[in-house]
Amino acid sequence: MHLRITSGDGLPIYLQIVNQVKYLAASGRLAPGEPLPSVRALAEQLLINPNTVARAYRELEAAGVVVTRRGAGVYLAEGGSPLAPAAVDKVLNERIDMLLAEASHFGIGLDELARRLRERGKILRSDKP
Amino acid sequence: MNEPVISIQNLSRRFDQKTALDNLTLEVPRGSVFGLVGENGAGKTTLIRHLLGLLRAEQGSVRVFGLDPVADPPGVLSRIGYLSEDRDLPGWMRVGELIRYRRAFYPGWDDAYAESLREAFELDPAQKVNDLSRGRRALAGLLVALAYRPPLLILDEPSSGLDPIVRRDILLAIIQTVTDEGRTVLFSSHLLEEVDRVCDRLAMINEGRLVMSGELDAIKQAHRRLTLRFAAPLSVCPALPGVLFAEGAGAEWSFTVNGQLEQFRDEAARQGAELLEDRSASIDEIFIARAR
Repeated sequence: MHLRITSGDGLPIYLQIVNQVKYLAASGRLAPGEPLPSVRALAEQLLINPNTVARAYRELEAAGVVVTRRGAGVYLAEGGSPLAPAAVDKVLNERIDMLLAEASHFGIGLDELARRLRERGKILRSDKP
Repeated sequence: MNEPVISIQNLSRRFDQKTALDNLTLEVPRGSVFGLVGENGAGKTTLIRHLLGLLRAEQGSVRVFGLDPVADPPGVLSRIGYLSEDRDLPGWMRVGELIRYRRAFYPGWDDAYAESLREAFELDPAQKVNDLSRGRRALAGLLVALAYRPPLLILDEPSSGLDPIVRRDILLAIIQTVTDEGRTVLFSSHLLEEVDRVCDRLAMINEGRLVMSGELDAIKQAHRRLTLRFAAPLSVCPALPGVLFAEGAGAEWSFTVNGQLEQFRDEAARQGAELLEDRSASIDEIFIARAR
């Protein structure tokens, strides 16, 4: 599992992990039932406080993205996206609204924005760990 | 059981006419990775020297594991692993001699652990400490601070002047230390990115005074970074509530804000400003805002 942690933009590190694991799950780069690194292993890999990893895993478990099997580690939950459609709408619409607002600031129209989205999608899909 | 590992109450210290520490109160809970940040000369090293019993509290009190480090040096020092900024190692010794020499002081010394650290840190036992590179010397100092598995590890600017690979080894050692149940790490650093990654608690000192202290997540949550665009260019920074620090020019200004967020947003709207960005402040932004 390949995650990137940055310190510059103020996004808490546990949220960076939560967001990236959700993205890896949604994009299929993490398969249902696949094991995630232990808290200790991920903390050592990313050079971050183990409590931060533990908090990210708790949040992911509460969101139904991962399951913890006692004494056996953390696994990606079975059964695809655990988020209800209304929740998915809410999350995506917030992001889309922000993106539209910024694009309009830069004078970028809808067609150009859609083209850029497809372009980024291609890049992210090919960006294998 | 939950007594803090370090408890500092109203500690003040003067050197001649200069105030080095000014009525500082601080607690480090067990099991935390506690980051001590502040500009050079802020008082971080002076604070650490009090913890080691090298300086006596002129005013206030210092307790480590409930003990006074000046009154009971063996009781305190046997439970602390310490790496000083200038490493303080006998340069004429070979690495192997240094390890055997330090081993004699600590009944809890773990030979197998010391050997695994020596291999991981790629230290040659036959090499003289003075001939080691800066990075290897820091790692040798870290080895002899870790090998008796002290319940408290104190590192003073451990990464100062070191290359990224050695810094990685040091951070990894900090993480492995705290992953062992109940062990505590205190380290001072001016590399905020490291502090951000590794610490769960933070204290910032400025000119001997405690500027802020607490859980890193809570500190980050309490500070926000907002950027506004005003209808017309402004020649002076606009006055807004809750602002610790402002920068900008013309119509666009950015603010690091602590508390009073609603008042800030209301007042910004009243002044006809558009909110361009509203996010958590980064640790650098908080540091800069608080260092003023």
